[in-house]
Amino acid sequence: MKAIVCTALACALGSAHAAQVAMEDQSQLKVPPASQAPVFMPPAQSELPDNAFGKMVRDGYALFVDTQRLAPAYVGNGMKCSNCHLDQGRMAHSAPLWGAYPMYPAYRKKNDKVNTYAERIQGCFQFSMNGKAPAADSHEISVLSVYSYWLASKAQIGVEPPGRGYPDVAQPAGGYDIARGKQVYQQQCALCHGADGEGQKVADDYVMPPLWGKDSYNWGAGMHRINTAASFIKYNMPLGKPGSLSDQQAWDVAAYINKHERPQDPRLVEGSVEKTRLKFHANDGVNLYGQTVEGVLVGQGTGK
Amino acid sequence: MITVDRILISSLLLFSLPAAHADPGQKILAQGGANPAAMACQGCHGPDGLGLAAAGFPRLAGLPTGYLSKQLRDFRDGTRRNPIMEPLAKALGDDEIAAVSQTLAAMPAPVAPGSRRQQMASDPTEQLALYGDWSRQIPGCVQCHGPGGVGVGEHFPPLARQPATYLVAQLNAWRDGSRHNDPNQLMVGVAKAMTDDEVKAIAEYFAAGQEARP
Repeated sequence: MKAIVCTALACALGSAHAAQVAMEDQSQLKVPPASQAPVFMPPAQSELPDNAFGKMVRDGYALFVDTQRLAPAYVGNGMKCSNCHLDQGRMAHSAPLWGAYPMYPAYRKKNDKVNTYAERIQGCFQFSMNGKAPAADSHEISVLSVYSYWLASKAQIGVEPPGRGYPDVAQPAGGYDIARGKQVYQQQCALCHGADGEGQKVADDYVMPPLWGKDSYNWGAGMHRINTAASFIKYNMPLGKPGSLSDQQAWDVAAYINKHERPQDPRLVEGSVEKTRLKFHANDGVNLYGQTVEGVLVGQGTGK
Repeated sequence: MITVDRILISSLLLFSLPAAHADPGQKILAQGGANPAAMACQGCHGPDGLGLAAAGFPRLAGLPTGYLSKQLRDFRDGTRRNPIMEPLAKALGDDEIAAVSQTLAAMPAPVAPGSRRQQMASDPTEQLALYGDWSRQIPGCVQCHGPGGVGVGEHFPPLARQPATYLVAQLNAWRDGSRHNDPNQLMVGVAKAMTDDEVKAIAEYFAAGQEARP
């Protein structure tokens, strides 16, 4: 309980526009601190049985790593599940599926209800993939759930394992600086993600994901929060060199990335960025949606 | 007032004038540079630029322009060491490097295999190529070098159909420090984390061009 209060406090402090109603971000599902060493080991691929269950696991796996190509009806951008969940959903501190599956059903303030695991994945499609949620009993949700279940084999139900989620990176005392973040971006990120965050493709397929613009995650995705992006970046980026950026660099570059336009929040309230900000963003961690940065209103979306 | 358009147009004119006579890159490829020490590329890399696998000379045809010119400059600067290429690159002028890089980049490359990451790997080498080994912070090769190792953009060269001996030599050069021209030191850690057996196996995997299984 104490941790929940602290989290709420941190959110309120971090937001320039704290409203009266305390609305937490996803962290009501707690993330163990990075100081707790991950111990859980998901099963090896060689342990996968060659039967109907194994086939579903393989189908879920394929969809996880090649989402846009295999489920174009549900993906509205160039992202794959494995872009934000490294090592195919196996890696600790990269929101591994084995840390997510055992925690649902769970209440989420984001939609103010108890979410099943299927509903949680539907949220990924709606926001991170800027698409349309497959039905809860669809092939897509089924195989992704089966893949998650398999990775979580022998995990304890309802116990938060160390390595779950992206560990919090406390906001530096001096806050963050977008201009410094731009420098970090140019030095450390542009090589793969492009000078203008556009990602890189081979033929029609993204190999390195776009970080902003029309093919990236939308304004409703958890990654639009600077705190969440900083956590992801600190523990996962640059690819193959996690932990090489300082906390300050992670926050600065997360702010630089997340001040850029991306597809509109699909929950847009009456066409108004301000109303949407008040309802969904004012107490959702640290984010720039609906705020004016360098004289420009952030959160206008990229259009269709 | 000089507009950006005008600057662009004048630059285009400047660049297009020499091209109107002959392709200077083609001349360097076939006959060498103005300085005789800059020997013709085709002597080792072949008139088609596809390299000479038996000798470990890499394919240059179809590699990205920016990558090729960076390597030539790096041979000059010594951040990439090679007894044959260093004196040769030092004998090339900046415009010669630009010209020959463009010519080579435009030459046809062999087709890379269309393997994708969506199937689980059947053996440890494919596992390393497609997914890496994150317990050692090794990303899958194709995560940066593209599907089948086809190469991505200006910074991530193709691995597909490069001679195995060349790929082994490069991985070992990252490991012993004789090559340290990787942007953001992305390769050195990966190469150092690999075992001798993995270096050999992964080189053969991309040299052969593994086909995706159905």
